Amino acid sequence: MKPIDYVRARTLDEAVLLLRQGGERARVLAGGTDLIVQVRENRRDVDLFVDIKNIPETNRLEYDPEHGLTLGAAVPCYRIYGNPAVAKAYPGLIDAVAMIGSVQIQGRATVGGNLCNASPAADSIPPMIVYRGVCHIYGPQGSRVVPVEEFCTGPGQTVLGPGELLVWIHFPPPERHAQAHYLRFTPRNEMDIAVAGSAAYVRLNGERIASARVALSAVAPTPLFVPEVGEYLAGKEITDEVIRQAGELAKAAARPITDMRGTAEQRKHLSAVLTRRALRGAIQRAQEA
Amino acid sequence: MATKQIIRMTVNGEDVELLVEARESLLEVLREKLELTGAKEGCNNGNCGACSVIFDGRLVNSCLVLAVEADGKTITTVEGIARPDRLHPAQRAFLEEAALQCGVCTPGFIVASKALLDQNPNPTEEEIRRFLAGNLCRCTGYHKIVLAVQKAAAMMQEGV
Amino acid sequence: MAEEKKQFRVIGTRPIRHDGTDKVTGYARYGADIHLSGMLYGKVLRSPHAHAVIKRIDTSKAEALPGVMAVITGRDLPEVADRLEELGEQVTNIRDESHNVLATGKVLYHGHAVAAVAAVSPHVAEEALKLIEVEYEVLEPVLDVLEAMKPDAPLLNPNLRTRGIGEEDGKPSNIAQHFQNKHGDVEKGFAEADYVVEREFRTTMVHQGYIEPQNATAYVRPDGSVTIWCSTQGAFAVRSQVAQLCKIPVSKIKVVPMEIGGGFGGKTVVYLEPLAVLLSKKTGRPVKMWMNRAEVLQATGPTSGSVIRVKMGCKKDGTLTAAQATLIYEAGAFPGSPVGAGAGVIFAPYRLPNVQIDGYDVLVNKPKTGAYRAPGGTNAAFAAESVVDELARLCGMDPLEFRLKNGVKEGDRRADGPRLPRVGYLETVRAAMESDHYKTPLEPSPDPTKRRGRGVASGFWFNGGGPSSVLVKVNEDGTVDLIEGSTDIGGTRASCAMIVAEVLGLPAEDVHPHVVDTDSIGYTSVTGGSSVTHKTGWASYLAAQEVREEVIRRAALLWSVEPAEVEYHDDGTLTCKSDPSKKTTFKEIAAQMNRTGGPIEGKGTINAGGAGPGFGTHIVDVEVDIETGKVDILRYTAVQDVGRAIHPAYVEGQIEGGVAQGAGWALTEEYYYDEKGHLLNSSLLDYRMPTALDLPLIETILVEVPNPNHPLGVRGVGETPIVPPAGAIANAIYDAVGIRLTRLPMKPSYVLEELIKAGLTS
Repeated sequence: MKPIDYVRARTLDEAVLLLRQGGERARVLAGGTDLIVQVRENRRDVDLFVDIKNIPETNRLEYDPEHGLTLGAAVPCYRIYGNPAVAKAYPGLIDAVAMIGSVQIQGRATVGGNLCNASPAADSIPPMIVYRGVCHIYGPQGSRVVPVEEFCTGPGQTVLGPGELLVWIHFPPPERHAQAHYLRFTPRNEMDIAVAGSAAYVRLNGERIASARVALSAVAPTPLFVPEVGEYLAGKEITDEVIRQAGELAKAAARPITDMRGTAEQRKHLSAVLTRRALRGAIQRAQEA
Repeated sequence: MATKQIIRMTVNGEDVELLVEARESLLEVLREKLELTGAKEGCNNGNCGACSVIFDGRLVNSCLVLAVEADGKTITTVEGIARPDRLHPAQRAFLEEAALQCGVCTPGFIVASKALLDQNPNPTEEEIRRFLAGNLCRCTGYHKIVLAVQKAAAMMQEGV
Repeated sequence: MAEEKKQFRVIGTRPIRHDGTDKVTGYARYGADIHLSGMLYGKVLRSPHAHAVIKRIDTSKAEALPGVMAVITGRDLPEVADRLEELGEQVTNIRDESHNVLATGKVLYHGHAVAAVAAVSPHVAEEALKLIEVEYEVLEPVLDVLEAMKPDAPLLNPNLRTRGIGEEDGKPSNIAQHFQNKHGDVEKGFAEADYVVEREFRTTMVHQGYIEPQNATAYVRPDGSVTIWCSTQGAFAVRSQVAQLCKIPVSKIKVVPMEIGGGFGGKTVVYLEPLAVLLSKKTGRPVKMWMNRAEVLQATGPTSGSVIRVKMGCKKDGTLTAAQATLIYEAGAFPGSPVGAGAGVIFAPYRLPNVQIDGYDVLVNKPKTGAYRAPGGTNAAFAAESVVDELARLCGMDPLEFRLKNGVKEGDRRADGPRLPRVGYLETVRAAMESDHYKTPLEPSPDPTKRRGRGVASGFWFNGGGPSSVLVKVNEDGTVDLIEGSTDIGGTRASCAMIVAEVLGLPAEDVHPHVVDTDSIGYTSVTGGSSVTHKTGWASYLAAQEVREEVIRRAALLWSVEPAEVEYHDDGTLTCKSDPSKKTTFKEIAAQMNRTGGPIEGKGTINAGGAGPGFGTHIVDVEVDIETGKVDILRYTAVQDVGRAIHPAYVEGQIEGGVAQGAGWALTEEYYYDEKGHLLNSSLLDYRMPTALDLPLIETILVEVPNPNHPLGVRGVGETPIVPPAGAIANAIYDAVGIRLTRLPMKPSYVLEELIKAGLTS
């Protein structure tokens, strides 16, 4: 690895100052499970790591049924699934954080880092989209908020401007008779990157779907929110045909590429399969919620 | 040249202080500076688990931690698992069940198995396989490793 | 020659392996664990192109970087002549190897080494690599064997002409070799057949996937003597290769084999060792080098991808009448694929009156292939076992019945010539038929999106022998040291120690095995060809016999009787035939040895022939997700004739490990190149070896048909088990969904494509 500097920031302002001074070659270091590898393999040119793991705001993991969940950008996966209240309220998020990498990776990797790394195949982003997560960003101009589905702008690209960092992601409290499920497809059962993934959120009204949100991974340059599935499902009775149709809409929205991890045709196909399965999983959870 | 930093950490119960570069990983510092070569470099990007250590109570890949991030932390490597007079049950079970062949992944598996058994004293086969999925073994097909972890769990429950 | 089935005391038990404690505590020393005074770190610059001419290399900027102590390029290697070097299951040409360790003139694959640096830290060495300027003239690569065989294909080596039979016209070609094995008349055989099946199969390059990357540390002293510490399957093979590549007499080189973190055939050829030697010579300091995982995958010796055409015919009653195959194997950048071995494996389980096999060894712009566990066998068996399965179905026969009907036994002739000695193939088929697995019907999946199926396949491996040396020395406390030269990958120290313990009537733990350097033991050939328990076990047996004879002489001396009067019992006690009151033990003799004539030692040296061929038969149940194409293995049973299981736990371990590698080859592992010849998946994330969660428990059934040509009945066991899995899994997938897959890996995208074509999903 090239020579590099490292600073442990203690406050948001200190982090912002360091990021501004460092310019494009300064990079926030949270869990490091993507970033360290990218720098080591010369895939990202960085001169300065700004470690945000010692800033109080980025370590927040706070949930209450009235205000929802505040998830700090430096909170590692294991703390999320290790929190019983969070695990009960947002099982669709747990699906993702418990499958990222391995137990070792989950001991370091953060959801904030998953978001800022902006991989199209990121597992945690589709569930954050369907749970209506909102990114709280702090920077030289102060704070701003951006919905998760608008945070990634391309592979490895985000809305973060110079000197800005992601502080936390906020999720509204769980709704009654509503829940989410995330599924991905990988050739190995663990330690793999999604060939495709689908997160579905449904709110039920008896036998009908009151509202739904679906987001896909690994089928577009960014994790993909597919509003047309939700629009189609709103008010529909739960039938096999309705679910099949929802899967077809997800498939139609997917615009994948062929690469070493899978073919475009396979990813299109899986978008439908996984969306059907995620919807069934979410419906089952919603019925129990 | 980037500046070097002094870090202090506790490794296998011993306080150490040393000068490191920010680009050096914890794995590299353990192996090349502290000469604790039990943790192995199999891939250097978090995909094989051979460098597993326990870092402030969590199982991590030491190749994905910078040494500077370890400042103030407590680390247990495979060298710190056994007591002076007695192997850890996971170590004994791996020997008795022939759960190693070439042995290069074994330190990672021992550390990971200890981490698993500390949090789940009676894991099912599925739980063992899922927890250990971040540790690759190319020799054993995992069969005897799974049996060894089950045996270690039984040993720990019986207090032997 | 094999000792009759008798009651063994140690053989067949499961003692804790002697090197085990150091391996579970982290104290075992592997190559990269070495740390020497003044040590430097070496790194290698590799080609970003698959095929290019090196126009110019400028190392001046790298040399100027503070902390850089030396830079070398291909010009620093001496010119060497063509010479073939035997490396167990692989023969390497030293001239090719020289061009492989550091390219000169042309680079032939993505990752081909072009320069190396020694510096004060690995990071400085890496930075220096970025400062080396290489000007390339990029050439068109050829990546597919069928393309490479065309007359107008880009040539890797314009001086290469086809070796072998027939059609050579003296023109340069990428076809390094063409051979044909034949007996009988296949046309006549197919004419007699009621059913004929012909198919073409394709497989991709795959890697051994040992967890420990290649590494080497070298120190060249001012007096010119050299010590090399490295991870190798054969210290003497490293010594010989380095001697030739660097033009240093073998007597000046000591190779210290460190613990080896897996090899599977991939650690017989040298890559880093000569570079570490040259860098140490240039700097006067020890130089340690190790590869990262991308280098291991790009630039060591994976096994060949292949195109295999198989045609087999049988009568309605299942009797095979003829078999024909064409095997085209990727050699990689230099000649030497395992196509010859593949041709030996492909029909080995079957008695064939008429057979013809053509083999082609073809250069492509990929790394030079190396040996990988039963080299060339898995892909060959995948092809043949799929066709056999199809024939059995056409006959309406159980696939194991079909194999029983056609299976080989002692005296049958192999397609490549030799007649088989006593083998246990039919015994494995019968044991498979009687297994709990085969007798338990497969339950259909309760999930309508999943289909289950069962498949079987058989496999063969030649097994090897070779030269080996062992010393056994007696300690005054009644234990013995076993000194050997075979690096231990899978537990062979334990098996050899158990053989010594058996002969001397000692507990296994009283024999201390040590793998030592090339100065400290006689020549020992590589740990390869499943040979160690055969050859080094045999040498251990001979050395222990020598000690036993000497102990008898010492007892005779103490008792003032003829040695013939002394009886050595299996439990290590000795008695006198003529005087029952006289009794002693090995331990007592050992304690007195210095007063009865001095130290007691035994040596065993052998060039072991007579390796017993190995056969196995596997059963697998799979579940196919028809919506995604994912294949999960539900249950697996491997039956194998293991000759005699010295340490059954490590025999099982070999089989379990072979199955796991075979399953990875079958389902998820592949070299994925782009059209320019860049290897895209050179990480353990995207080169997908099975994790613990991808495999079930692997049941093993050990059939023991002792090898008549070994004193203890030992057969090699390590390689046979990787041969059947791909075929067995393919046959199980067919059973589940009725689709005959002909490509490896049977990865989800491929399976899904076929499921869609077959209308099973939309």
